[in-house]
Amino acid sequence: MNQKRGFFAILVLLALGGVILAIARHVVTGTPFLPGQEKSVWLVEARIDFDADGGAVTASLALPEDQLPGYELFAEQAASPGYGFAILTERRSRRAEWTRREASGEQSLYYSAQLVESENRDDNHANDPPVDYARIVYWDEARELAARDLLKVARERSSSPQSLTRELIKLLDSATSQNAALLRSGADQRSDLLMHLLERADIATRSVKGLYLEDARRRQTLSRLVEFYTGSEWLLVDPRTGAVGLPADFLVWTRGRASVLDVIGGAKSRVQFSMIRQSVPATQLARASNGEGLFSRLGVQRLPIEEQSMFKLLLLLPLGAAVVVFMRVIIGLQTSGTFMPVLIALAFLQTSLVAGLVSFVLIVAAGLALRSYLSRLNLLLVARIATLIVLVVFLISALSIIGYQMGFSTGMTITFFPMIIIAWTIERMSILWEEDGSSEVMKQGGGSLLVAVLAYLLMQNPLLVHLSFNFPELNLVLLASILAMGQYTGYKLSELWRFRAMDDL
Amino acid sequence: MGRPWVSRKRLKNYGMLGMNCRNVDFINRYNDRTLFPLVDNKLQTKLLAQEYGVPTPLLRFVVREQHEINHIEQEFAGLEHFALKPAKGSGGKGIMVVTGRHGDQFVRSSGAEVSISDIRRHMSNILAGLYSLGGSPDVAIVEDLIAFDECFSGYSHEGVPDIRIIVFKGYPVMAMLRLSTHASDGKANLHQGAVGVGLALDTGRCLYAAQFGRPVSTHPDTGQALGDIHIEGWRDILLLASQCYDMTGLGYIGTDIVLDRLQGPQLLELNARPGLAIQIANGRGLLPRLRHIEGLTLNRRFRSEHRVDYAMRQFAELEKNPAGAGAEVA
Repeated sequence: MNQKRGFFAILVLLALGGVILAIARHVVTGTPFLPGQEKSVWLVEARIDFDADGGAVTASLALPEDQLPGYELFAEQAASPGYGFAILTERRSRRAEWTRREASGEQSLYYSAQLVESENRDDNHANDPPVDYARIVYWDEARELAARDLLKVARERSSSPQSLTRELIKLLDSATSQNAALLRSGADQRSDLLMHLLERADIATRSVKGLYLEDARRRQTLSRLVEFYTGSEWLLVDPRTGAVGLPADFLVWTRGRASVLDVIGGAKSRVQFSMIRQSVPATQLARASNGEGLFSRLGVQRLPIEEQSMFKLLLLLPLGAAVVVFMRVIIGLQTSGTFMPVLIALAFLQTSLVAGLVSFVLIVAAGLALRSYLSRLNLLLVARIATLIVLVVFLISALSIIGYQMGFSTGMTITFFPMIIIAWTIERMSILWEEDGSSEVMKQGGGSLLVAVLAYLLMQNPLLVHLSFNFPELNLVLLASILAMGQYTGYKLSELWRFRAMDDL
Repeated sequence: MGRPWVSRKRLKNYGMLGMNCRNVDFINRYNDRTLFPLVDNKLQTKLLAQEYGVPTPLLRFVVREQHEINHIEQEFAGLEHFALKPAKGSGGKGIMVVTGRHGDQFVRSSGAEVSISDIRRHMSNILAGLYSLGGSPDVAIVEDLIAFDECFSGYSHEGVPDIRIIVFKGYPVMAMLRLSTHASDGKANLHQGAVGVGLALDTGRCLYAAQFGRPVSTHPDTGQALGDIHIEGWRDILLLASQCYDMTGLGYIGTDIVLDRLQGPQLLELNARPGLAIQIANGRGLLPRLRHIEGLTLNRRFRSEHRVDYAMRQFAELEKNPAGAGAEVA
C-alpha cells in the first residue's frame, strides 16, 4: 500500500511539475496558452552548403526585401561561426555576404528571417518601368520555327498581354502539339521558356523566385514564377498552372536576373530553405529569440528551424502514445501491433485524413490479395516479407502515379507510411485471416484504424499542437496519466460486454 | 437475453477478474519474468516436465535448422500420427495435427490431406518465427498424438478436448473442459467458438457450460448433454496441475491437461497469462478464490497433495452457489 502511495505521489508531482513549469513559462515569456490570438509569424531559414577550397571565401545570398507583398520582414539573423557577415543594400536589392580569409571542407551558413503576415498585398515593384535589355536566345531552326508557330497561334487567340500569356501556357501544356513538345524538351525550366517566348512577343518579363510557405517543411528550394509587363504594371504568373496574380502563401524572395547564391572560393554550393509557422505574438517572439532568460534558452525555439519542425512532430508523439494506452487499457480495443496506430496517425498528419485512410486501406487490401498468391509459392518467411516490402513499394508508387494523373497530388505523400510496418501488418493479417477468419482481421484492422484516426484528430488539433510545441513540459502531465493508466486494474469497457452473460445467471 | 453489457458493479460482485487486474495484480506480482521462457517455450516446458517426472506426450524430434527440413521424411518414417507445433507459439497458433497416412499424403485432424512439402513449408514458417511472439526465430517440435479417452466421445468435434486448470501459488483454483466445435474449426479456444465446460473443483463434474459467452446445455454439433460430464481420476489431474507450480516456480499459471486412453493425464502445455475465459465457462469469477489463496498465511511449504486437498475442500462450498455468492466468502 505504501509503495502505491509513493507511486501516486510521483504521479502528482510529475503532473504538477508540468503544469507549474508551463505556467511559469507563460508568465516569464508571455507565450499565450491559446493559439491564434496573434498574427502568424513565419520563420524561414536558408541554409547554404558548399565545399570550401581552402582559400578566401565570399558567399553572397540574395535576400527578400523589407516590405513584401503579404509579408513584412520582422527580424533577421545569420549564424556562421568564423565568418564575417554583412547585409549589403544595392539600389533596392539586398544581399547577405559572408566572408572569411581561410576555410576548407564542408561549410554551412545559416540565414533566418522572421516574417509577419500582413494585410498589405501591394507590391512596390508593380509599377517599375521595364528595364530594356535584349535577351536573345539562339535556338536552332526547328525550335525557332516552333516558337514562331506557337506565338502566332497564341497571338491569334488573344487580345492583351494577359490573354497572350494565358494562351501561351495553355499551348505549352498541350500534349498533342509537336511544337510545344519540341520546345519543352529543349528547356530546363518552364519559366525560362515562357520568358523567352514572351520576350519574342515584345512583352517585357522578369523572373521571380520565391517560397511556398507551408508549416514545418524542410529542404525546400525556390520556386520560379514569371512576371510580365502589361504596359502599365507587372503581373505575376505561374508558368505551370497559368494562374495570374500572387499565389496565397507565396513569399517573394528575389526578383530579376541576379543570382540567388554566389560562392567564391567554394564548390558544390547550394541553398535550401526550411520554414515553420509560430503562433507566438511577434513581440514575444523577438524576446524569446533574443532574450537570455532561462525559458528562452531552454525553449525548442532556440533550435535551428530544420530541427524545430521535426520537434513539432516529435512532441506530438506522447499524445498518440497516450491515446493508444487509453484505448487498449481502459476501452479494451484490439489493435494489430501496439504502436502501429501512432505511426499511421503520423502518416495521416502528412497526407490528409481521407486521402490517408483511403490509400492505407487500398494498400493493405491489395497487399492481402497479393499475399494470398505468395502463400502458394512456398517461400521462406523472411523472403516472403521482403517480397511484400517490394510489392508494397510498387503499390505505393502505382497509387501515387494514378493519384497524380487523376489530380490528387496528395497521393505523393503516401510514401510517409512506414513501409516495413505495412508489410508486416499485411503478413500478420493474412495469417490471422487463415487461422481466425476474416472477422478477426476486421476487428483488429478496424481497431487499429479507429485508434489511428482518434490519435490523428488529437494530434492535428491546433490547440494541442500549440501547447505541445510551446509548452513541451506539459508532456509530463501526459506521462503521469500514462503511468496512472498503467496501474489501472479495473475492468476494461470491452469486458463489460465480454462478460455480459454474467447477467443471465 | 437482456442488455448487451453488464454493469461494473455487478462484475465486481461476481468477483470477475479483468485483464488489467490480472496483469498488474497477479502476473506482474507472482510471475517472475525470468521464468517466463519455461512456459513460453514448449520445448523447455517439455524437458522440464520430463525432468520432474510430470507425464507429457512423448517428444519425437526437434527441428532447429532450416537445412534439416530437406531430409525430414526419414524422421517421419513409421510415425502414423503426430502433432507438429512451434515451441514458442501461443493461443494454439501454428499447430498441425496429423492423424494418419494415406499413401504419400498426411491426413490432418480436419480430414484434409497434405503433402510432405506442405509440412516442410509449415516447418519453415515455424523456424522463421511466424507464430512466435514478436517474430523471433523458433524451433519446431514433433510429439506423439494423444490417444484421447473414450469418455469424451461425442463431446468433441474434430479435436482433442483438454482440461484447463488455473493454478495459483500451487493451489488449483478453477477448472474447465474445452470442447472444440465445428464453429471453432477443431480448435479449443473459447473466443473461436469452442464450448467451455466449468468443472467442479471437488468432483470434476460439470457445473456450467458456455459457448460464445452464452450458456449451453448440449454440444452444438453432437447434441450430447454436457451436464453429464464427469471426469474420472479428478484428484490425479489436479495433482498434475499443482505440480507444475513446483516445476516452474510461477505463481499464476494455466495448465492444459489432456487425458490419454493408455497413459492417463498428460501435461500438454503451460500458459503464463491465463484466466479470463475460464470465468465465463464457469459462470463464476476468479477473484474471490485468488484473494482467498493470497490471504493464506501458512508459511510452511505445503506439498502438492495438501494443496490439492485444501482447494478441493475449500472451493467446493463456493461452487454450490452460482456467481454472486462468491463475493460473500471473499
